[in-house]
Amino acid sequence: MSQATKHAGIEKQSTKHAPVEKIATGISSFDIIAKGGLPRNRTTLISGTAGSGKTIFAVQFLAAGINAGTPAVFVTFEESATDIRKNMLSFGWDLQKWENDNLLAFVDASPDPHIDSVESGSFDLGALLARVQHAVKKVKAERVAVDSLGAVFSQFSDQSIVRSELFRIASALKAMHVTAVLTAERTEDYGPIARFGVEEFIADNVMILRNVLEDESRRRTIEILKFRGCDHQKGEYPFTIVPDGGVIVIPLSAMHLSMKSSSVRISSGNVQLDEMCGGGLFRDSVTLVSGATGTGKTLTVTQFLQGGAFHGERCLLLAFEESRDQLARNATGWGVDFGKLEKEGLLRVVCDYPDVSGLEDWLVTIQSAILDFKPHRVALDSLSALEHVGSPKAFREFVIGLTSFVKHQEITALFTSTTESLMGGDSITETHISTLTDSIILLRYVEMFGQMKRGLTVLKMRGSAHDKAIREFTIDEHGMRMGRPFRNVTGILAGAPVHVSPGDLERVWSKADDEPMMAAERREGDVTPTRAAKGRKR
Amino acid sequence: MTGTSSRTGTAISNLRRICEQELDGQYDLEIIDVLQFPDVAEDEKILATPTLIKSLPLPLRRVIGDLSDKEKVLLGLEVRPVRTANADGVAS
Repeated sequence: MSQATKHAGIEKQSTKHAPVEKIATGISSFDIIAKGGLPRNRTTLISGTAGSGKTIFAVQFLAAGINAGTPAVFVTFEESATDIRKNMLSFGWDLQKWENDNLLAFVDASPDPHIDSVESGSFDLGALLARVQHAVKKVKAERVAVDSLGAVFSQFSDQSIVRSELFRIASALKAMHVTAVLTAERTEDYGPIARFGVEEFIADNVMILRNVLEDESRRRTIEILKFRGCDHQKGEYPFTIVPDGGVIVIPLSAMHLSMKSSSVRISSGNVQLDEMCGGGLFRDSVTLVSGATGTGKTLTVTQFLQGGAFHGERCLLLAFEESRDQLARNATGWGVDFGKLEKEGLLRVVCDYPDVSGLEDWLVTIQSAILDFKPHRVALDSLSALEHVGSPKAFREFVIGLTSFVKHQEITALFTSTTESLMGGDSITETHISTLTDSIILLRYVEMFGQMKRGLTVLKMRGSAHDKAIREFTIDEHGMRMGRPFRNVTGILAGAPVHVSPGDLERVWSKADDEPMMAAERREGDVTPTRAAKGRKR
Repeated sequence: MTGTSSRTGTAISNLRRICEQELDGQYDLEIIDVLQFPDVAEDEKILATPTLIKSLPLPLRRVIGDLSDKEKVLLGLEVRPVRTANADGVAS
């Protein structure tokens, strides 16, 4: 099977009793969830509601084969060949050219409004079968798409004949040694597999495309319901349809947690922050910077980008909160020239409203931007802005998809997240993704004697020791300047800072400072004087 | 037609009988086997067999099936039996 999946279905079936072979469809993302591709020489039903992308998938299946040198036949019962040729051009598939090159043949069985016919007595679909066989022979097709079965039923009044004839055609397709996809309509995204109730029995395998309206936005998913005699991933996988590409499946849970872990440290762009992180960020790590509005998230991002560019690394900024001009102006305020970096090819800024497309589309857009620019560093400001574009489930899938993608590419990523409350608290973003990130940096406001101060702490640093203190920092024209830890305040992260008397602090800090080395007995011994001190006070 | 199936035979004999009886034998009939000439089926966009196409006189009409229902055949072809036409004094 592994050999077969490498080629796009060129060689013929070798042994009759071998397990079901699969052919790589050429739609790489689909082949992951199909565990290799579609079963060879079998028929696969693609069922879906109107607008779920059935025809696109069918044509893409043929196109991927043709691009790998495998000729194909397209049988259309619904749209005319002319319409399909026209519609598919927008995906970059020039069917007419392939027809001219004898790589593709159409069997146009779409209803012709000029032909009026009456049924008298029994008939079969022998002529259709003869046409399909002829077309397959003519171009030596190995892939066939039939679009759609439901439209055959509407062309004839005797449904029982159509039903038995479709069975005959499906078995004839198998006899022709082609791998076929048959599309069928369904009326509901969650309901009977297909409209006429027989389509799923005509084909060996069944796949379902869904296009569900969820919180006012459309969410497309693909599910492989059954693959007779072979394995596949189960459940619904989100997918999107992009111009110049067609269907792109996002194989989330099929992704392997097999990322390499680098021990190479890189600079966050701020020496003091690097020190707090135990020497810098890890090369293929994902860091989350969380904080309320104005705490310095965009500054952290800017420094991260500058730090990369300083070492000649390419940096990609995905900005969803501020416009390009605003970002550049802010950066200039901190002594970073975005325009210059962009000219030098060290920085690329992707800046857009989060609502312009769905989360699946964003994932694909971001992935292609990364593949195109090949950055060493990626910063996204902010995840929270994307949070409301889709449902919580879609958002989580987006974050999983993005983090695993950047890790595979061995990119250092920095994401920001905005907390809703000004003081302390966490956001949905954090609860969603904190387990997916390697490091978390918290930025918090700290109210002290009528003044708002800013505090920073490294909450988590996977695989490394780090500074546990919450440090005060200030922002000036050189960016972020780290100060002393807040020694006389407690409860900053909870959003309720309380000032502690210097006497208590002395004792607490004498413990905290040498915590790593502290042995169990010493802790015991230390507690006693603290209690005694408290007792004395009262 | 497809090959020499029994349905092909039934359709041909049904059609000849209708033509002899109703059209007074004034007809030209061409029989095409789509297994031998799939291109013709492609050009004419034929799916079902047997399919009867009336080319002349216009309009073009099609009847699908073994033509066992004579009334439907006549209705579908939009030709009226010779005797009725003569009785009405209208040429068919």
